[in-house]
This record gives sequence, C-alpha cells and structure tokens, in this order.
Amino acid sequence: MSVTERTDVLVVGSGFGGSIPAYHLAAGGARVVVLERGPRLGSRDFAHDQRIGSYTRIVDLVQGDGITVVAGNCVGGSSVVYFAASLRAPSFVFERQGSLGHRLWPNALTRSTLDPWYDRVEETLPVAQQRWDQVPYPGGLFAAACERAGRTCNPVPVAVDLARCTNCNWMLNGCHFDAKRSMLLNYLPAATAAGAEVRALHEVQTIAPATSPGYRYRVAYTVLDPDDYRLSQGAGAVEAKVVVLAGGAMGTPVLLQRSAALLGGIPRAVGRYFSGNGDRVSIADVDEGKVGELLGLESSPGTPYEGFPVGKPIGSMSYDRLDADAEEFTRFSLQQIYFPGITNILAQATDRPESSWFGVEKKELRSRWRSWLSVLAMTEDDNEGRFGLPPATGSFTRVASSVGLSTLRYRPTANTLRGWKAADEEARAVLERDGLARVRPWSEVVGSLSAHPLSSCRMGDDPATSALDDRNELRGHPGLFVTDGAAVPTSLCVNPSLTIAALAERASRHIVEGAAESGVDVRYGAPAPDGSTAGRRGVLKLLNHR
Amino acid sequence: MTITASSAAAAPTGTAQGGAALGALDTVATLEAFADTMVPGEKRHRHDRAVAGAAPGPGAVHAGAVTLLQLPELGVGVLLPELAALLNTEATAWALARGHVLLPSQPPFVALDFEDRTHLAGKLLSSAGLHQKVYVLLALFSAAAFDTAAHLHTTDALDKRHPGLTWLRFPAPGTDGFWRYPTYSYGKRLAHEHPHTTAGGHPA
Repeated sequence: MSVTERTDVLVVGSGFGGSIPAYHLAAGGARVVVLERGPRLGSRDFAHDQRIGSYTRIVDLVQGDGITVVAGNCVGGSSVVYFAASLRAPSFVFERQGSLGHRLWPNALTRSTLDPWYDRVEETLPVAQQRWDQVPYPGGLFAAACERAGRTCNPVPVAVDLARCTNCNWMLNGCHFDAKRSMLLNYLPAATAAGAEVRALHEVQTIAPATSPGYRYRVAYTVLDPDDYRLSQGAGAVEAKVVVLAGGAMGTPVLLQRSAALLGGIPRAVGRYFSGNGDRVSIADVDEGKVGELLGLESSPGTPYEGFPVGKPIGSMSYDRLDADAEEFTRFSLQQIYFPGITNILAQATDRPESSWFGVEKKELRSRWRSWLSVLAMTEDDNEGRFGLPPATGSFTRVASSVGLSTLRYRPTANTLRGWKAADEEARAVLERDGLARVRPWSEVVGSLSAHPLSSCRMGDDPATSALDDRNELRGHPGLFVTDGAAVPTSLCVNPSLTIAALAERASRHIVEGAAESGVDVRYGAPAPDGSTAGRRGVLKLLNHR
Repeated sequence: MTITASSAAAAPTGTAQGGAALGALDTVATLEAFADTMVPGEKRHRHDRAVAGAAPGPGAVHAGAVTLLQLPELGVGVLLPELAALLNTEATAWALARGHVLLPSQPPFVALDFEDRTHLAGKLLSSAGLHQKVYVLLALFSAAAFDTAAHLHTTDALDKRHPGLTWLRFPAPGTDGFWRYPTYSYGKRLAHEHPHTTAGGHPA
C-alpha cells in the first residue's frame, strides 16, 4: 500500500550534505524528514572485522565504465566510513577553468568567501592539528622521505578526537571508539533533537510535482530489506515544500535523471562533468634496511618500519605541488594513506601490464605487506565523467553485497593523464630516491578508483555547464536544492569532506530562505549543534554585509 | 545446489567441455583454478589439478576462495556454475587457437597449465568485453579470501591462523577483539612544513 505524507522539508541522504541542512532547517522551526538509503548503525555495531556483511553493510563499491567509486551507505553517509582528513581547498582551486576555458566555480565563491563557512564546520566537528608525535609510523616515514628528498611535509588536519583515538586503522568500518567526528555525533543528533525524523533503509526513487496545494514536490521511495538491499519491503511517498538532495555524487544525478520527465525536464548538466577528485593511488614496497640506513628510523628495537597496519589511515601530506602559479593540471597533493586489505589486489608487482597485479610475484609482494606505504595523489582532473541512462531503481544495479554496476563512464582526458603522470613522477622522486622503496601505481584494471566522487550536479554561473545556481538550487526548479559532493564544481586537490560540509553550511541559509518563501515558518540562525555561537557570529557578519 | 571445495579437492574432476553444463565438482575445480591464478599456492595433494602449484605456501584456494564465493551474503552463488562454464569456454578457445590439446578428464580451464591460465586470465580481466566486470569481481573476491579472510570474522580467522592473514603477518587484536596501538609514532618532527600553511594546518 502506498502512503503519502506531508512535511515542510524533505532531505534525501544523511551524510555531510544532508545532515547539515537537516539540522539548520529543523532548528529553525521547520518539519524535517530525512530519508536515508542505508541502515542505521552506531559505534557498538562498528566491529573490527573484515568479514563480508560487516563493513560491507555501510559502504558500497560501485563499478562504472573506466572508474570504480567507493561510497558510504548508512545513516551518516560517507562521514561514517571516511578517513577524516579535513582540509580546506587551496585558493587556486576556486579559480579553475578546466578545459572549458571559463571559471567553473560561481563568482560568489572563493577560498576567502568560503573560509567563514569552513570555520562554522570546524566549530562543530573540531579538526585537530596532529603534532608530529601524533602522526603514526607510515605518515612519519613519508615525511622523512619528503625531507630527505628536499620536499616539505605536513601533518594532516583530521576531524578526530585524538584523545579517544586508538590508532586502530579501522576507519572504513565506522569508528568503534567514537573518536572520528562523523555526522552521527553532531549534526544528526542535533537535528533529531530539534525534531527532524531520520528514516533508515528508505531509498528514494523519483521526484515529481506534488498534488497537495501548497506543496511543491512528491518524493517516492521504497523501503529496503535490511538483509538484502536488492529487495524491497514496501513503498511510500512524501510531499514537501522544499526538497534537499544529498544522496551523494553517485546518487543525486541518477535520481534526477529518473525524474526528468516527471519534473518537466532537468538542466543539461545533471549527470555530466563528474570528477573523481583526480584520485590516484600508488603502493610503495619499502626496503626496511634502507629506512634504517637512509632515514635512521626505528619503530621498535631492530625494526625500522613494518608499520603499514598501524595508525589513523591518513597521517602526513605534501603541499609542495599546490602552487597557485603553476599551470592547471600539473598541481596535486601527495598524501600518505592506508587502505585495508580488500584493496591489496590492486597493487602492481611487475611491469608486465597483463598480469602485473596478480600471480606469483604479486603473492611475493604480499609477504612484505607490513612494509608497504601507500600514497594518494589528489590531482586536477577534467570533469570527464558522465552517467548513462538510469537503472530502474536505485543509483546503480546492485549485483552482490556492497557491489554495484553504475552507468557512469569515465575516460581520462590528456589533461587528467598529465596530472596523474606528474603525481606518479613526484611519488617516485620522493620514495625511490636511493632505493628507499619501489613505487607502483595501482592497476587500472578497474579503471581509476575514487573515494571522492564529485561534480555530477554542480554549482556554477553558466547554465550550460552547471546544474545548480550559486545558491545550490537546481536551475528551473524552485525549492529543489543539491548539497552533497555532486554540487562541488571541480576536483579539489585535497580530500573533499570539509568543503562539502562548508558548502552545505553556506547553502543552508538559502534553503531556509527558500522554505520561508514557500510558506514554512522557519528562521535561519541556529548556533552550532553543541550551542557554540562563534561560527554563527562569523557568518552573520558576512550575511549582514551582503 | 551445494558445492563443496573439500569434496572437489579430494575427488578427480569430471569431463565437462567448455559451454556444456558443469557438474558441481567441475564448477568448484574451475573456480579454484581461477582463484589459484590470482593468488597461487602449493598443491594440496599429489593429484591436485585445480591448484597448479606455481608458488610455495598457501594461495587463494587454501584461504577459502570458493567458500567465500558461496557466502549467501555475497549473493553470487547462483551465478557460479555459469561463470565456471564461461571460463571453460574461453579456455577451450584459447587452447584451440594455440593448438594445445587439453586433457578431457579436466574442465578446460583446469587443464590449462599455469602460464596459459595466467595469460588467459590477463586477457579476460583487461579486455573491454561484456564479461570483463564479472571476471574482475571474481578476481577481487578470490583475492579478498586471501587478503582479508572475508568469509570469516577476522578475530576467528586469526585464531585459526588463516593462511592469507598469516602470510601478510596481519597483526593480532587485543583480548577484547579490538585493535589498539598505544605505541604508533616515531615521536619526532620528521620534515619541515610548507611555508604557506595556515594556522589551522591547511594549504593556503
């Protein structure tokens, strides 16, 4: 039986992009319902376990054509499974033109205009500056290699309560110790306390015009079977005056594509210009003897390193190649990062392209697993991804537990390839110096791999190349906003979570305004979820000078 | 249908040809041969055909690849006979094109020698063909059995000295089944920071 309900604001997705507007709208007085596709889990459920069915309940591996994407799937979204590196995008990113030849970000957005919004986010999920004695072994090793090669290296700011963190390296499973600042610990409980209702296992399928007077959109969903997300246990619909789409860059454009006819058309840019954040991963097979000899390091008596499994997954990072004056597509960051064993297969062992990532030599490489060091380059890609026709339901076709097939097609352009090549060369220059390690980019058998999907429904000033205006509203569809990674116009050269959150903070006041214009009794101006007001003072000053 | 790795390991395999319906034991043997190509190991017994014996120590088969593929939560169990048949069709074509004679007592993929299995697997995994994604999944799951013991709770796998986790020297948890590293850092400054770093530690 289908049931239609009504609410002021309907939010699709509960990650960074969904939780933040949900909080502001609810705290401002609106009736808010949040529909989340994934299950609801908490720290007690987050086991240190690699068995299929444990972490695979909350994270999806989505295979496209030429790219595979890792994405969160639970209440709290990717904030539950992310690695908490929390970085502001470098200033030059906002000036990027890509291959289109014009500024891709809205003119209203620069690093300095976004900084107050970054401040607001950091007030709520405090970002810790790790001291060097808090950077785990792999980050320390990478830093020492950078120093020896004449580079700089920084401890990475992380949204982690360092006093609670046990350096267990199980962040992909969700944090058992509640040390990682996910949406489960701040915006979502605050939204709920303000009256928002969060419904897990509700997968939104279509958006259509509402039939009730005074309501704009009718959002139809199915209720998923908690044991097999391929099965449905029911269906329903909610009518709302304002809809906030935050289903992730892999979900939001697909939902809009499926709804295109119902909505009377959608902007051309929906489902185009996808970016994988230029992610590029390499594994370094580190020579323990050289670590001791060249770097003078010792993790335990007689052992220079063997620290791959230890720590927070992200420890240190080089900003050396984030030079604003350098040519576009040559800039990137290089970050030490840990990947769980599920990705081990992608490490290459030989130069033979056909079988470099499996077989005898690869098994031998695995015997030195504790001496691996992995590095992630985040480069300037060319927004070259594009979604095909949407599947009948969901945002991809689920073929197995946590595995899906997407219609996303990604063919790196010469520009993107240039950035990847430069990053590979820099990783080698740092880590292969004097035989310290042997660097191998991940196999591209699954295409590129991204944990940072962006831009599939992006903001901008040019209607031809951006689906959203600079207030995150979908062009031609008043009251329909997009606030997840899909809205971010370009790759960022750093991990995107803090920027997605800052843009969602910034959009929240526009959404409140949109709701008020739709007749909702709601006001903007809530403090941070813990009651702090410094961030609010910062942005209100900005708003009053508009 | 239930297929078991242990029975297949103990018994000689059947006589299925590429494309024909496979018996349960042929399916197991074919999947084992593919998994062994991904992470090779030593033969389990003198008559072991599925495991080619290309590398010393345990491989994906010893680590439980077939058990993993049959996990109900994975949801690919019903596809396995078809997948094995596809692999055998490819193996037959591969052998024919090269004039190799395959022993009819084995499923064709099992009958290939390790070098041929490796070359064929490389072709199937890298070609842009219709089935490439399926072969990639099969490769990922084979490796996951070895690298993560994905069919077992990790603490149980470590208790049982799972071959793959042992090979990696995967660290042991605390007594409560959770990992903690009280000692985790070199404890000193190891590099100069970038001169254009903001007060919050961000790039400018």
